[in-house]
Amino acid sequence: MVEHAAKVRHDFLRHDMNFPHVWCPGCGLGIVLGSLIRATSSLNIPQDDLVLASGIGCTGRMSAYVDFNTLHTTHGRALTFATGIKLAKPNLTVMTVMGDGDATAIGGNHFIHAARRNLNITAIIVNNMIYGMTGGQYSPTTPYGSKATTAPYGHVEQAFSIAELAVAAGASYVARGTVHHVPQLDGLIKGGIQKKGFSVIEIMSNCHTYYGRQNGLSDPVEYQKYFKKNAVSVKKAAEMSAAEMEGKFSIGVLADIEQPAYVEEYQHIRDNACKEMAEKGEKKGGDCAQERRDEM
Amino acid sequence: MQSSSEDQSQKYLLQGNEAIVEGALAAGCRFFAGYPITPSSEIAEIMSRKLPTLGGTFIQMEDEIASMGAIVGASLAGAKSLTATSGPGFSLMQENLGYASMTEVPLVVVNVMRGGPSTGLPTSPSQADVMQARWGTHGDHAIIVLAVSSVADSYEITIQAFNLAEKYRTPVILLSDEIVGHTREVISLPPDQPVPIFNRIKPSVPPEWYLPYEDNSRGVPPMADIGSGYRHHVTGLMHDAKGFPNFSPGVTGGFLKRQYRKLANGADEIQMTKQFMLDDAEVAIITYGCVSRSAIRAVRMAREQGIKAGFLQLVTLWPFPKKAVDAVCRRCRAVLVPEMNMGQMVREVRAVNQNATLEQLNRFDGGFITPAILFRKLMSL
Repeated sequence: MVEHAAKVRHDFLRHDMNFPHVWCPGCGLGIVLGSLIRATSSLNIPQDDLVLASGIGCTGRMSAYVDFNTLHTTHGRALTFATGIKLAKPNLTVMTVMGDGDATAIGGNHFIHAARRNLNITAIIVNNMIYGMTGGQYSPTTPYGSKATTAPYGHVEQAFSIAELAVAAGASYVARGTVHHVPQLDGLIKGGIQKKGFSVIEIMSNCHTYYGRQNGLSDPVEYQKYFKKNAVSVKKAAEMSAAEMEGKFSIGVLADIEQPAYVEEYQHIRDNACKEMAEKGEKKGGDCAQERRDEM
Repeated sequence: MQSSSEDQSQKYLLQGNEAIVEGALAAGCRFFAGYPITPSSEIAEIMSRKLPTLGGTFIQMEDEIASMGAIVGASLAGAKSLTATSGPGFSLMQENLGYASMTEVPLVVVNVMRGGPSTGLPTSPSQADVMQARWGTHGDHAIIVLAVSSVADSYEITIQAFNLAEKYRTPVILLSDEIVGHTREVISLPPDQPVPIFNRIKPSVPPEWYLPYEDNSRGVPPMADIGSGYRHHVTGLMHDAKGFPNFSPGVTGGFLKRQYRKLANGADEIQMTKQFMLDDAEVAIITYGCVSRSAIRAVRMAREQGIKAGFLQLVTLWPFPKKAVDAVCRRCRAVLVPEMNMGQMVREVRAVNQNATLEQLNRFDGGFITPAILFRKLMSL
């Protein structure tokens, strides 16, 4: 088993990339990368059929390290590129990996609309509650009262809860995990990829360098203990009062529903459009008699 | 490809925007992502009706930023892709247009120009985005920009736009304007001389040898579709031949030089112009887009008055067709450059030939430069 796991990691990583990676020692992103590789490899999907699109920031660098079809896109826009890829080649397994600022600040609009459309994409969102790459500025998930390099007197905005946002926006599968609860995280990512429709896995991760240092969690081991202490299972959280949940967060599957997904819905549009044309006696593509290379 | 003789050519009364759709579909476009905006919305509407019947995909995105991202993704996955917008939306597209340029993704962006800045004049024509089309996204980059003047142009030049995008692995901007986009004219489809279709060159080496950004004599690396077995990395960061981030001076300089070189290599083919009565011309009009329509009429009117007038239509605005412009500037005693902006392309004409007697004529109030305006100006030269 151990031997097999090592081989999978070897096969799924790009050895022509200049390792070591760009992340700080102790960063949770390495754990996320490991989880992603274990989840994808356990599904026996050919690497040629896997697509990972990322945005900008520390998390955005993950796409370069895995030996899939990979894109490192613009800030916040990974889901828009993924949308084009999935719709042009629906047979591919398309995933995105984004940070909290990437997915819910600059990319917030794309995020809620991808969920609303129920696009067949898996969105992994690594939430470390801060902008790491640019040096510790506050993000949409920075907790009220925290310090950030742009909130030196304490943060006065309320934080987004990413998983709950995804549920409200209509995603088919929504889960939250942490970089401390790794076996569970492997399963959550796997569940998201297997789900037909839009799936979101929010992963609580540690940026001890920038969030931690400003907020009393500068040791990555202490940060792991923080996740252990404050994570509550979704089931248990449902039985707890708001006061009891203060400072805590739920982990597990928050939503898993069956609803029509975009790729299948669009195929209905194609079928219906062709049928309508045939009934009217029109050519495919309309009434202009011209050269058309019908590639499909 | 079918030969045109199999299909009976028929006449259609089409709007410029409709002809762009027909041209795009004929070129093999099978993916459209867009966001509604006047005066380009007809393109999205017709695409939403036609693409599904051809096995293609239409999607209305949440904004123009997303539209641009989606067509880059679709093109990377192998689908010829289009979006259409107008000024405010074109501004939003600049971010991912830069990504397309950096990653050399073939695609076509239609900008049906309207008056600006900002929301400006949604239903009035303008030609004020010609410099934005060249320099709208940040950083040095090479790009092809074409302009259409009629419904027939809208069909043919759209096919050319896709061909150039595919051949040179570059985004192509197709500029129309409110007048051309909404004018209805008769057009024969398929045209008497069908435009050949060019598809991107795919790698001929095995996947393990493939370098997605490797230089060659043309400066255009073969392009593998995502999901075709040629796994590689695509990034908006400066990158090496493998596609991985690399910020060394050698890689950076080499990348930008190749981007410019690949379009310079193809200059004869890319820099398209149309000539009208220029052979013996003593005075000439140089313009593009909807103003071309008035220019042809004004030249005819001037000829009737014994003035040897001619007209050079710039189909390609960028890379600027220096050779053709210089030839006209050398031959004619005066050159008139009318534009529906405060004077943008005239700067390029001046840069090409500083000895020419140049007259600029600008209208930027939402109105059209009519044949009568041009005729009066020609007579005064």
